[in-house]
Amino acid sequence: MSDQTAHKSTEQPIYLDYSATTPIDERVVTEMLKYMGPDSSFGNPASRSHNFGWTAEAAVETARKHVADLVGANPKEIIFTSGATESDNLAIKGVAHFNKKRGKHIVTCKTEHKAVLDSCRQLEREGYEVTYLDPMQNGLIDLKVLEDALRDDTTLVSIMHVNNEIGVIQDIEAIGKICRARKIIFHVDAAQSAGKVEINLEELPVDLMSFSAHKIYGPKGVGALYVQRKPRVRLEAQMHGGGHERGMRSGTLATHQIVGMGEAFRIAREELVEENKRLLKLRNKLYDGVKDMEEVYVNGDMDHRIAGNINISFNYVEGESLLMALSDLAISSGSACTSASLEPSYVLRALGRNDELAHSSIRFTMGRYTTEEEIDRTIKYVRKAVEKLRELSPLWDMYKDGIDIDSIEWAAH
Amino acid sequence: MAVYLDNNATTALDEKVLEAMLPYMGQVTGNPSSVHRFGRLQKDAIEQARESVAQLAGARAEQVIFTSGGTESNNLLLIGFNRREKESRIAVSAIEHMSLLEPAQHLAPKVDFVQVDENGRIDLAAVEQVMTDQTSLLSVMTANNETGVIQDLSPLIDFAAERNCFFHTDASQAAGKIPLNFVESGVHAMTMSAHKLYGPLGVGALVLDKRLPITKIQFGGSQEKNLRAGTENVPAIVGFGRAAELAMADLQTTSSHVRMLRDALEKGLKEFSTVSIFAQQAERLPNTVQLGIEGFDGETMLMQLDRKAIAVSSGSACTSGKTEPSHVLKAMKVPDALANSAIRVSFGKNNTMSDVETLLTALRDIIEINQHSPVMMAATV
Repeated sequence: MSDQTAHKSTEQPIYLDYSATTPIDERVVTEMLKYMGPDSSFGNPASRSHNFGWTAEAAVETARKHVADLVGANPKEIIFTSGATESDNLAIKGVAHFNKKRGKHIVTCKTEHKAVLDSCRQLEREGYEVTYLDPMQNGLIDLKVLEDALRDDTTLVSIMHVNNEIGVIQDIEAIGKICRARKIIFHVDAAQSAGKVEINLEELPVDLMSFSAHKIYGPKGVGALYVQRKPRVRLEAQMHGGGHERGMRSGTLATHQIVGMGEAFRIAREELVEENKRLLKLRNKLYDGVKDMEEVYVNGDMDHRIAGNINISFNYVEGESLLMALSDLAISSGSACTSASLEPSYVLRALGRNDELAHSSIRFTMGRYTTEEEIDRTIKYVRKAVEKLRELSPLWDMYKDGIDIDSIEWAAH
Repeated sequence: MAVYLDNNATTALDEKVLEAMLPYMGQVTGNPSSVHRFGRLQKDAIEQARESVAQLAGARAEQVIFTSGGTESNNLLLIGFNRREKESRIAVSAIEHMSLLEPAQHLAPKVDFVQVDENGRIDLAAVEQVMTDQTSLLSVMTANNETGVIQDLSPLIDFAAERNCFFHTDASQAAGKIPLNFVESGVHAMTMSAHKLYGPLGVGALVLDKRLPITKIQFGGSQEKNLRAGTENVPAIVGFGRAAELAMADLQTTSSHVRMLRDALEKGLKEFSTVSIFAQQAERLPNTVQLGIEGFDGETMLMQLDRKAIAVSSGSACTSGKTEPSHVLKAMKVPDALANSAIRVSFGKNNTMSDVETLLTALRDIIEINQHSPVMMAATV
């Protein structure tokens, strides 16, 4: 693969972008391979007339159980999709369409993933009304603000469990209780939390929950939607043709991918507690290694936050330049889905961060294969890059000279 | 060893395809949207696969949009088109796959259905019958998944073009079995699926001429030219690319191989007076035979064949398990009793002549035993 790109550095960069995607665990690959290739159980799980189909179907059902077990659901409540984006689309548009006679108001938050926000924007084009809540400065939802936003015609609230950029964990139990009291359907995007935070849907007042496999060491191209059965949550299918997945999602099931997702969820359930302890140490080490530098700000609440995430703004350093200076690290300034754009992160903007701080942010996300040695090197690289860029920065000089940069009136070009 | 004769439902992943996928299923990862090196390598792999799939379709790389499969491609096309052209009518053939018929039914008062003749063919007169001045999209599949009938699309495409009507064809079953030429044929959109041509499950494509207006139906990111949001399924896309390359290279060899097996089976079937082959007069895919056996229930026959370790189906996998006769055979005006006895045999490149013999022997056993069964006798009276 290395011949495809001409890079100076011969060493592999350190991968600290686990919230964008994760490598597939070898144990997951081993399971997937049983359903790939001419000597495998390669049948179409919808084929009802032969053993090839039944074997594939049985594998899908085992995977469904593994997925359900991680989150305390019944396997019958798990619908497989092509990924969390599809799950979010199905949950939000599916519920909105099904309940359009009851009401056409939806509540979500400005810091949601694009899959949720863009689904909501589409509903607005269709004549629905959407309230986008402002989070508090720490990224968490103010429950009072949420309650005030709810109306008689509100049919759906969609709030993510863990934010992909800043890693903060919302209190979905409290939000769910508020929704239940008003009979409003509650959807949670758990793409970034499954396998990282304990989830027990048997007790949580959540009606719909989206999952992704490739964020927790499973394959790309597969996700799931939890659809509560008791009481039954009803939604309108968004993809038609064959009535697979209890009519909620048509299309041939990709056996090997589903099996991979199942195995990834099974492993996550076994290793969650220990892995979180390890990641928390690494994350604290990374933060401790840079926090003594001047003008360093953590974005998002530190207490309600997943272990593997730290999002830091290095003031007076331009984010894109910092990313380039840190080419030995595979990191991002925010979500992968928006990383090609030069706009500052909309998540950080929603926290009330100014453009400069939003522009100078870096998301470090650690995972199963991150080592202590990699964190040591990361600290070294980051300190060096920030110091060097600040040396070149006129803004930094002004700051050091005690000039309040916000007070400067810039001349128009 | 079981005999797999259901290659129109899904095919076994080719080992060479698996080899191409494995580097993208390992420790090196990346989100193709990430700007760092890991992300860029994934992006490069997608673009290379896009070239290969475009070549198989006879299209340009920039016309290929990757999706999660044929079902999504068909939904994207129909629902995405309807979102842009709300006033337009859409005409689709009555024998389309469920992944096209169901979204069409979903759009129902705006959709007209084109009928077929008793050999499963769509002729111009049938299209003319349903076309109105508002019809601006016509969708007719390249080859049918049950009967294998290959449609003569070019007069339909010409007719649609004269009326400024866009043309879509579902080539999921045709790709890899017969040559395709997207650009030259004049179609504006084409559906493809990887797992029907020895590629992986979970990936397909919509080949699209940009003159045909559609919007995305899945939101949340600007991937695939802003027509399909969601992190790209890189290993599957890479697999699709490799499968397309192999399909191109092996097209002649594979199609003559399966044709030989199919012809041998049809020759062998002549000994059974109760067997009839559907759409025998039409041009069909070289690998497909759908047959009816008078006085038999198709599902029972499938079970008996399964007991003999032979995997076939009654029609589409997506409708298997249902007891109604196939909508394709119904559209061809095949009587219900005969349609209910249908079994579909679809050969693939891994089948051999001995598979044909195994199937013929099994059919002989089952048919003969049943002829002496009092229950059967009663049923046929």
